[in-house]
Amino acid sequence: MSDPLLKVDNLHVEFKTGSIITRAVNGVTFELNEQENIGIVGESGSGKSVTATSILQLIPSPPAKVANGAIYFKGKNLLKLSSKEMRKIRGNEISMIFQDPSTSLNPVFTVGNQLIETIRAHKKVSKKQAKQKAISLLDLVGIPAPDKRIDMYPHEFSGGMRQRVMIAIALACDPEVLIADEPTTALDVTVQAQILNLMKELQERLGMSIIMITHDLGVVWETCDKLLVMYAGRVVESASVKDLYQQPLHPYTWGLLDSQISEGQNSAEPLASIPGSPPDLSYEIKGCPFVERCPYAQDICYQETPQLNETIQGHAVACHFQTSEHQLERKEREYSDGDAT
Amino acid sequence: MKKFLIKRILQLIPTLFVVAVIVFFITRMLPGDPAAVMLGPQASAEDVAAYSERLGLNDPLYQQFFDYLVNLLRFDFGNSLNYNQPVADLIMERFPNTIILAVSALTLAILIGVPAGILAAKKQNTFIDYIVTTLSLVGVSMPIFWLGVMLVLLFSVNLGWLPSTGMGSINDGLWPFFRHLILPSLALATIPMAEFARVIRSSMLETLSNDYIKAARSKGLKETIVIYKHALKNALTPLLTVMGLQFSKLLGGAVLTETIFSWPGMGLLIVNAIDRRDFVVVQGSVIFVAIIYVVINLIVDILYKVVNPKINLDDQHGGGS
Repeated sequence: MSDPLLKVDNLHVEFKTGSIITRAVNGVTFELNEQENIGIVGESGSGKSVTATSILQLIPSPPAKVANGAIYFKGKNLLKLSSKEMRKIRGNEISMIFQDPSTSLNPVFTVGNQLIETIRAHKKVSKKQAKQKAISLLDLVGIPAPDKRIDMYPHEFSGGMRQRVMIAIALACDPEVLIADEPTTALDVTVQAQILNLMKELQERLGMSIIMITHDLGVVWETCDKLLVMYAGRVVESASVKDLYQQPLHPYTWGLLDSQISEGQNSAEPLASIPGSPPDLSYEIKGCPFVERCPYAQDICYQETPQLNETIQGHAVACHFQTSEHQLERKEREYSDGDAT
Repeated sequence: MKKFLIKRILQLIPTLFVVAVIVFFITRMLPGDPAAVMLGPQASAEDVAAYSERLGLNDPLYQQFFDYLVNLLRFDFGNSLNYNQPVADLIMERFPNTIILAVSALTLAILIGVPAGILAAKKQNTFIDYIVTTLSLVGVSMPIFWLGVMLVLLFSVNLGWLPSTGMGSINDGLWPFFRHLILPSLALATIPMAEFARVIRSSMLETLSNDYIKAARSKGLKETIVIYKHALKNALTPLLTVMGLQFSKLLGGAVLTETIFSWPGMGLLIVNAIDRRDFVVVQGSVIFVAIIYVVINLIVDILYKVVNPKINLDDQHGGGS
């Protein structure tokens, strides 16, 4: 088997504020192959965005610091590159789109300006050629009258259109990897579907790989091949989307799935939720990070941190009670009682 | 834009009217009889009375006020009691000197203050940042008369490098002209320089935390482009406000600085006029300064639009989106 396009290996990221060290990412490992889509899901503070932004080294440093680990892209460790070499990768080979398009576009420059500068940062082309390319990119992402829209400012676009512009900028240099950090969270529901469809369509057309960060499981079902579930800075489960949907293994994943709105759900019925909140990452965590919220917790869960182990072919989980020999009995809707207020 | 300009120019009228009224009554409230002050202590009571009559100071106040307004409408600022010269001529004679000093001080303040503030923001919480913030705090709180005197003491008296007072004529060559300009410009630039540094630092810090800065970096742009293009243009608005105010202040005549350095500008003109109860000059100059403030404010408002395309000048509510 060939080497993966991108490999994140035992990544640890810490934030240091004063004497407090918050371990936002604790040993995340995953691989991304060519033309593959990986989804990273988890609640706020689970470290999914920090993991993704660490790949491009866009985390503010200080206070953030990669404490350990490596990120290999086409065999090169990105963490070892000079800032100039890293700059050549950003926006060129790996690009990124962000959660809120209305704040990620610079309000005082036209969208054309922001597109053209990206093209010209990486490709030796004239302004005129760059403008042509910019217009064709806007056209590619479905912006009508791109030759006119190119001279407009971000505030003259709607939310969905702005995200299309962001995608156009991200695709400006035909990247091999696109990191999408909650690309639909800030958008209307109807627009969300359009953006996801656009991304899927462009991926098929341009053949890039996507890392999709989201807390919305609905998004990953539609767009991803593989899924990582993150909790408290760790990957607690990783599997193909199909496996994870059919046979989720980690109690946290069960909780996530249960707290989704299901089809035909009675609107009077309260939504399920996972009681409690994630652990404070500024303390050393002993045992399983999910232990306080897990209805299946036993003594060992308080003592030992479970490692991510492949239990079934291609399906890994970090839980003491989910092994290839022994599996937990999943209780149905365990979390819906009493705490949905 | 056209609508905006017309509106703003019309707004000038009530503003200037109010200024004219206030100035008129304040100068009339100054203690001391202008005629007596001008003729000196030796003058007899008859002479003073006759001189007052000639100056129209014995007319009833409403009459004086009415004459004054009518003259203003004809752009006639009257004749100086002291110099016996039209006030407009006096202003036109002094104002270029003030412009020279103001532009020179403002340039110095921008060239040093703005990069220092940007650097401090870029290196937040480092040694460089602490130096810039401390120096700028010292700068804004520096009494300008003290600083002026210290500069004179050091560079003129002790070192003898630069002249302490007066203005060099450009006809004598560039160097004599600049030599005279250095100390007053330095004294005058200190406060705006410190203020620009503080304002641009805090506004850059705010801007640098925006998502579009992270997005700009994610595109692989050079750090200089991220800072000087993406962040700076967004951070300029508060700086423009402060710059406009400072520049108006400088153009209105730096009273203290011009006095210390005997710089023949608007400030010195006004101070001398007040000393001699030459209220015609005071009135004219203050109204002129008011016009400058209004015009510079107008220019700043137009610049806002240049810096931030979201601002719609014709829409009073300011919402562009």
